[in-house]
Amino acid sequence: MRGLYTLFKKEIWRFWKVAFQTVMAPVMTALLYLLIFSHVLEAHVHVYPNVSYTAFLIPGLVMMSLLQNSFSNSSSSLIQSKVMGNIVFLLLTPLSYVEFFIAFLAAAMVRGLVVGLSVYLVALFWVDIPVAQPWWILAFALFGSAMMGAMGIVAGIWADKFDQLAGFQNFIIMPLTFLSGVFYSIHSLPPIWQQVSRFNPFFYIIDGFRYGFFGQGDVSPYLSISVVLVSFVLFAAATLWMLKRGYKLRG
Amino acid sequence: MGPNGAGKSTLINLLAGLLRPSGGSLSVMGHDVVSDYRKARRLLGVVPQELVFDPFFNVREMLRFQAGYFGCGPENDVWIDEVLEGLGLTDKANTNMRALSGGMKRRALIAQALAHKPPVLVLDEPTAGVDVELRQTLWAFIKRLNGEGTTIILTTHYLEEAETLCSRVAMLKQGEIVALDSTQNLLNRLQSKQLKLKLAGALPSSLEPLKRGENAGYVTLNLSATSEVERILGELRAAHVGVEDLQMIETDLEDVFLSIMSSTS
Repeated sequence: MRGLYTLFKKEIWRFWKVAFQTVMAPVMTALLYLLIFSHVLEAHVHVYPNVSYTAFLIPGLVMMSLLQNSFSNSSSSLIQSKVMGNIVFLLLTPLSYVEFFIAFLAAAMVRGLVVGLSVYLVALFWVDIPVAQPWWILAFALFGSAMMGAMGIVAGIWADKFDQLAGFQNFIIMPLTFLSGVFYSIHSLPPIWQQVSRFNPFFYIIDGFRYGFFGQGDVSPYLSISVVLVSFVLFAAATLWMLKRGYKLRG
Repeated sequence: MGPNGAGKSTLINLLAGLLRPSGGSLSVMGHDVVSDYRKARRLLGVVPQELVFDPFFNVREMLRFQAGYFGCGPENDVWIDEVLEGLGLTDKANTNMRALSGGMKRRALIAQALAHKPPVLVLDEPTAGVDVELRQTLWAFIKRLNGEGTTIILTTHYLEEAETLCSRVAMLKQGEIVALDSTQNLLNRLQSKQLKLKLAGALPSSLEPLKRGENAGYVTLNLSATSEVERILGELRAAHVGVEDLQMIETDLEDVFLSIMSSTS
């Protein structure tokens, strides 16, 4: 257990030592989105009755930051260790692939949750947000960060250079998060795009998370949590399979 | 020992679990490196050839983490201090790995391999690209560890290093062991000592068969035994050829190495 705990601690320290970049910067970005979008759209867009657009936006921004940062933590740590070559120090240890997985995943979740919580706390200065069903909030935060942490491990192991990881991030993660309904309800989209959105797992995470705050959403939170759980299990299985085989790590 | 591409690093990587064997088996002190990898890796400390490091941490943090991966806790800190001391890293303990010079990084790598106190230490070309002073320091440290009971395996290009440090030498060529013996036996294998002479006249024809080469006014003769010197000098005297200078040359590992490598090609 000590080996696992040490790796987890190291992964936490790694992002905490550069918290300006790994925690403060994403919080700042989320706040800029909040300021600009709420300024432009507050008077024009109403998604749910009795919920201001700014309030509607906040859970989406919190979840978006949480997802992106969970992904970033595991993926950037792995690609850095691979490019620098210091991944070898981990591969030489008696840590099993399951311990490796748990440590990286847990640290990624912590980073995502810390950033998400910070965005939420800072946003509270601007607007009051109700908390209708806290357990849903917690469940989506935990499983959303877990899913992205696992996806980050997959991407970090798969990518051979920073360029490929940036491609993964900018051409898959970013579009999926931006088009998941962070800034709008999918009911405002033309029917065809509503259908397309339903194939985006991020849509369910955002919608279910928002349900926890407002008690209403585009789809049932049970459907959402099922999609998130299945996605997490798929990514976790892929990660464990890669780690067990030593894919791209052990020749 | 072996030329580039002989399979030295491959062997180490297989032992350390960085590569998976396609066949056969390897074990560390009786523990199979695949089926019993946890135990095998705990027994092994490996110093990689490249200067790799984690830029986020200082030397002491790195060593603590490394020991922690192997299950060692705070009780191991005394040992870490000892390793730092032994490698002359004590005043660099709180320096970030990035800020260390090349030589210091090399020492930190060795310290990292030793962090969990392994009974077997593997050094992959520990002194490649290292200046003379550091090489001497590292040799002294390696000898001390060995004296205290640590088994040391090192790969090297420097024959001098193998001759000074190693009690047993394996020579690899294209993935095969072409020689494995105690250093002394390997040296004895090439019996020929050599006699280097600077003569006032020409080499008598009776000594021509012994001639190995001629360079810068010196003639080198092959000897099968030291006692032959007497006969050679006698013949030179008889031929009235004066000796201006005389040197005995012992076989070194380089000769053995070259002879083995060429004989198996």
